[in-house]
Amino acid sequence: MAGSTPTVSEYITHHLTNLTFGKLPGGFERADGTFIGADGAWVFAHDGAEASAMGFNAIHVDSMLWSIGLGLVFCWIFRSVAKKAQSGVPSGMVNAVEMIVQFVDNTVRDTFHGKNKLIAPLALTVFVWVFLLNLMDLVPIDLFPKLFELAGVHFMKIVPSTDPNITLGMAVGVFILMLYYSIKVKGFGFVKELTMTPFNHWAFIPVNLFMEIVGLLAKPFSLGLRLFGNLYAGEMIFILIAALFSAGALWMVPAGLLQVAWGIFHLLVIPLQAFIFMVLTVVYLSMAHEDH
Amino acid sequence: MNINLTLIGQMIAFVCFVMFCMKYVWPPLLAAMAEREKKIADGLAAADRASHDLELAQEKAVERLKEAKHEAAGIVDAANKRGAQLIEEAKQAAIVEADRVKAAAQAEIEQETNRAREQLRGQVAALALAGAEKVLGAQIDQASHAELVDKLASEL
Repeated sequence: MAGSTPTVSEYITHHLTNLTFGKLPGGFERADGTFIGADGAWVFAHDGAEASAMGFNAIHVDSMLWSIGLGLVFCWIFRSVAKKAQSGVPSGMVNAVEMIVQFVDNTVRDTFHGKNKLIAPLALTVFVWVFLLNLMDLVPIDLFPKLFELAGVHFMKIVPSTDPNITLGMAVGVFILMLYYSIKVKGFGFVKELTMTPFNHWAFIPVNLFMEIVGLLAKPFSLGLRLFGNLYAGEMIFILIAALFSAGALWMVPAGLLQVAWGIFHLLVIPLQAFIFMVLTVVYLSMAHEDH
Repeated sequence: MNINLTLIGQMIAFVCFVMFCMKYVWPPLLAAMAEREKKIADGLAAADRASHDLELAQEKAVERLKEAKHEAAGIVDAANKRGAQLIEEAKQAAIVEADRVKAAAQAEIEQETNRAREQLRGQVAALALAGAEKVLGAQIDQASHAELVDKLASEL
């Protein structure tokens, strides 16, 4: 990338590549022509091919850092407000935070009828965190990559929710909670639910099991991939619009208009996707608590 | 777009943040909000009560005012009556007194008149006697002519 002006496809690929730190297998030929030792080595990937070669033993440093960083921002803001919050007249930040908490609390109350101290804080975390992750989508897409490039870091994808690892990571977390509560609340009833519905006859057990397991697995996947898909597509359009700016002076104005329009549209998409993720989390957990 | 350790990392971060939220964020916030809600509800109830009390107080005040007015009117009435009565009494007393004074004066006048008349009569009798003495040129026995003189005097 450094030096020459990238082509559009290079530009797009560059923006869609995570900063990956992982273990390259032994004997792998790197982009700069060097070879990895026989035992393999933990290195930063120089391009997409190296990142792919790392397989599962890799970590997206940018996604992870932005995600954790934004999570800490959430914790810091809400914790400082929680410390300040009193029964007196609220003001400023306290008001804003309490509005969000009230909103989440109402949503959870409407959807989840069981008694569980985990659900509401979980929903709040999911909502605010996903919102913050999505919010990074509104940062001008070249800003951070350029800044980091100046600092010597070649890849930087700052919207964690365009990384399926991040969204699926949360979805799997929710899925594990679903399984846990299904077994805890329903006990043997959960097995019965998997085997005896929708056809309540022993001969249909394999069919039922297949259908129920597909249905069960679809939940975390739909949860994680929906968020990922929406944000990835949004990010992609932002990249394409940015690429349009380089297509000549004539394209500047339409590109600018598109940028603004898409940005405004994302003002809707960002909280909406966060809300959907939260509601689905609560709904799935609510279903896990309901005994038929 | 590879699935890799990031997934596990995100799960761990997720668990940590949820636990943090559950322990340190949610309970104090909800407690504060519930407390404020209660405070506000109490405040509203107190305001309701106060306005009700105010209404009652106003009603009572109006009633008291009416009562007081009534009472005042009664007092004024009584005072007027009493005043009239006093005046009447004074008038009666004055009339009685005047009558008494008049009667006393009349009695005195009469008495005075009588006395003057008596005196005059006595003097006239003496005068008549003296006149008669001169006319007759003789001594008139005072004792033997007393009856005559008295009769003359009484006729004056």
